[in-house]
Amino acid sequence: MRKIISLILIGVVAIGIALAVVNIPFGTPKTKVGNYYINKGREETGAANIVTSVVVNYRGFDTLGEVTVLFIAAVGLSAVLVTRKKKIERKIEPSSLVLNTGCRFLFPLILFFGAYIFIHGHLTPGGGFQGGAIIASAFLLIYLGCRGRRISETRTRAAESLSGLVFVVVGLIGLAIGGHYFLSNFLPKGILFYLFSAGIIPIIYIAIGFKVGSELAGIIDRLMEESE
Amino acid sequence: MNFLNSYIYYIGAFGLIFIGLYIVLVKRNLIKVIIGLSILDTGINLFLISIGYISKGTAPIFEKVEAKLARMVDPVPQALVLTAIVIGVAVLALALSLAIRLYHHYDTLNLRKIKDQRW
Repeated sequence: MRKIISLILIGVVAIGIALAVVNIPFGTPKTKVGNYYINKGREETGAANIVTSVVVNYRGFDTLGEVTVLFIAAVGLSAVLVTRKKKIERKIEPSSLVLNTGCRFLFPLILFFGAYIFIHGHLTPGGGFQGGAIIASAFLLIYLGCRGRRISETRTRAAESLSGLVFVVVGLIGLAIGGHYFLSNFLPKGILFYLFSAGIIPIIYIAIGFKVGSELAGIIDRLMEESE
Repeated sequence: MNFLNSYIYYIGAFGLIFIGLYIVLVKRNLIKVIIGLSILDTGINLFLISIGYISKGTAPIFEKVEAKLARMVDPVPQALVLTAIVIGVAVLALALSLAIRLYHHYDTLNLRKIKDQRW
């Protein structure tokens, strides 16, 4: 009975969506605002990657909201998991030598790659969110490979708070001296395709990279602690 | 064939969305419901990306100074999905932590049984 009702409901929704979508065939030209960003994005922001200039510059305030959503999810997860009182000390079997050495060899390389991704966010495909996810995957590797090692919770908290603070402070400086809006690009644009270009975009993307990386690492830390 | 060329990505994306919705509505195991939410999330991301595509388009990243502007795909949905993926991971972790707490409290993940004990 429940399955039939669900199928009927999904069918009705599917017909409605099909009637709406049939007017926008796949591969047709983009929206006006997308055209504007592609035509004017390079001169206005100095970033070669238009997606980055949309995320950090045109919609920077939006991105601050998204980072806040991520922060609230991480805080909610720790609030849900930590309130349970448990101190069951279980003996963890140490991992083998090959696994241990391999993890410790790969860990700095993955961190390095993540840093490369978020520093070059305005030039290549990449950015703070992707680089942060890569950095968190390095911590996941440590947790899975080198059993028994933990990252310091206060340090991830400190990295997270400091990077969030950098984001807001850069935005407020832009409000004060740059233009008349939050997160305006007050630094010189530089030359296109150079690493030190595009004003505040690399600074904010580095802050986002640290924030996302430390938040996801904290989430992994709490979930692994729960599973032990 | 022309129909398939125009709509195949939408069909795939909405296929994922409806599979996820069906799992959320029908399944009684909480872990399966969370998996359904994750599939739904993936379908929505795929739909947003496929709206922004133009045929034979390239990524909206300039490599040389004189690049062809007309063949670049729409950057706005890509910027949206970029953040939505990471937030999806965090929300998935939050849902899983709630599932862990429910399991410790009720010793079951069956939603029907949890509902019986509702206060």
